[in-house]
Amino acid sequence: MSNPARDKEYRMESNTDNTTLLAMLESMLRIRAYEEKAAALQAQGQAPGTCTAVGQEAVAVGVVQALAADDLILTNHRSAGHLLARGADTGRMLAEVMGKSTGYCKGKSGSLHISAKELGVVLTSTIVGAELSLATGVGLALAMERSAAIAVCFFGDGAACEGAFHESLNLAALWRLPILYVCENNQWQAFVHRREAMAAESVGDWAAAHPMPCASVDGNDAEAVYAAAAAAAAQVRSSRQPYFLEARTYRLRGHYEPDDQHYVDAKELAGWRGRDPIAALQARLLAQGVLSAESLERLHQRVAADIDNGLAFALASPYPAAEELATDVYA
Amino acid sequence: MQQLTVNDAVSQALAEEMRRDAKVLMFGEGVATKRHDLLAEFGPERIRNTPLAEGIIAGTAVGAAAMGLRPVVDLLFAPFLCYAMDAIVNSAGKLRYLSGGQFAFPLVVMTQTGAGWGVGAQHNHNLEAWFVHSPGLKVVMPSNPADFKGLLKAAIRDDNPVLFFSDLSLGYQAGEVPDGDCLVPLGSAATRRVGGDVTLIGYGKTVAACLQASDRLAERGIAAEVIDLRSLKPLDEAAILASVRKTGRLVVAHEAGRLCGVGAEVAALAAEHAFAALKAPVIRLAGPDAPTPGNIVLEQAGAPSADAVAAAALKLFESIA
Repeated sequence: MSNPARDKEYRMESNTDNTTLLAMLESMLRIRAYEEKAAALQAQGQAPGTCTAVGQEAVAVGVVQALAADDLILTNHRSAGHLLARGADTGRMLAEVMGKSTGYCKGKSGSLHISAKELGVVLTSTIVGAELSLATGVGLALAMERSAAIAVCFFGDGAACEGAFHESLNLAALWRLPILYVCENNQWQAFVHRREAMAAESVGDWAAAHPMPCASVDGNDAEAVYAAAAAAAAQVRSSRQPYFLEARTYRLRGHYEPDDQHYVDAKELAGWRGRDPIAALQARLLAQGVLSAESLERLHQRVAADIDNGLAFALASPYPAAEELATDVYA
Repeated sequence: MQQLTVNDAVSQALAEEMRRDAKVLMFGEGVATKRHDLLAEFGPERIRNTPLAEGIIAGTAVGAAAMGLRPVVDLLFAPFLCYAMDAIVNSAGKLRYLSGGQFAFPLVVMTQTGAGWGVGAQHNHNLEAWFVHSPGLKVVMPSNPADFKGLLKAAIRDDNPVLFFSDLSLGYQAGEVPDGDCLVPLGSAATRRVGGDVTLIGYGKTVAACLQASDRLAERGIAAEVIDLRSLKPLDEAAILASVRKTGRLVVAHEAGRLCGVGAEVAALAAEHAFAALKAPVIRLAGPDAPTPGNIVLEQAGAPSADAVAAAALKLFESIA
């Protein structure tokens, strides 16, 4: 039997223009630096524990790069990459993580639930799978408004094991909702390896049971993700029907900070480290002469300065007043 | 003024609000099948049947509400809210706050509860207090057709998630409903009978038990004041306290379990803010800490009766007799 999730397999392509590739590289570098800074702040006791998506930058950047400005994003606790790829300000992000009132959510979200309506990141839920159940409502609203925009729902293989995964895909297919489902299959469900929790080999096998186009992509290849997401988004946009895209990637850091990853197979981890999406894109651009060592250095410096400035802003920002404890509860 | 049943009052409220505001839509299990008048008038885009999957029904409502639609979902029976609780409590109730006020969730969750059908605990569970305990939500439970209509219209217009509990045995009860666009504000209790000797507080079908009890008390020369909470959150604390301060005696009755129920809150309010006025201990009448049996006789035994309310009130006068 043909499996649509496997039939459409995106491979490394070289038709993405260099400006876009450089922008994607910078965005990935910014996400990596941001998340490493957030982890370092936790280690220094300056911020609470946080969930990172180090190693998954290519998915965030590749998918977001393929979206239109009015497309909407739903995400989860590993959301920093999605937000930063969408143009979030590192200062306001770090302020939110540190509980400062200048953060995107006035310091009430912390690192886990940052949403930013102004960036089209409409909802962020840390209840695993809830983003899938909210996505149908966002898609329904777009459909009823006859909007040209689409909704993109980022979730992991852990969320795919929730009943909401099937409920969401079923309703989206039934009601013809313009939703691009992006499963970041990072192989880890909190402290449990995907193989221990899923009887299927890929989430795409499950998605394929629903009447919608399915595709899978190497989630560590930014260019391939971009190509796959662009095709997927275009199809959702024109068909006004859902589409499922699985990106195979790997969570290089632990479930949350701090996490010594004692439960991780060292060989597997080393293998995926060797496939670091940022190193891969950097190497390719250098080899192709798109990027020089000097311009790469400048990119790194720009990102580092951005993080430094963001941190200074966050540190200088005030905590919310205690009275804020009970505001924003009711509209 | 028109005479309407509760079911008709609900239908009228839905139709009027859908006519008034194109953002209002309704979906749920069998909604388009059962509410064919609404389907005929508003079409299949705004009146939708759904799979029997409460989690995705509620989640879809929450996502749609975040986008500015005003969904009304029918989840049929209160125990089914367990599947929907994540979306209602963790998403609708919390994401406004966690997002620093970026989103509002103007949605209504309709569900039936209360004794009267004998279908057992998995279809009958008075769990309104679960939602009262959850921040970001509002909870109403009306007792008569006018309030069903007025509270539902207000709930649909409210920018917050509202749980709308219908005591199912009231569905065919008829009563006067004001003509025109008549709203009952959330958070306002109604004084159903004025009296100075004892306060009887109920909501849903126990309001009728309190009113009947007040008739019996009147025969004994005791003037009971009957308060219908109708809105459990926000709770009309001022109305409760004013009455308790006036009468000095309080009986609160509901079908839901006593432990941490709405009655406990009402009793605590009286103790906290009207202690000096109390002439006797507060009495709570409530359902047992037991699942609702699928047995109509036992089911009815769990709902506070007029006799029980009257007896409780009389007990409050024993100490001074």
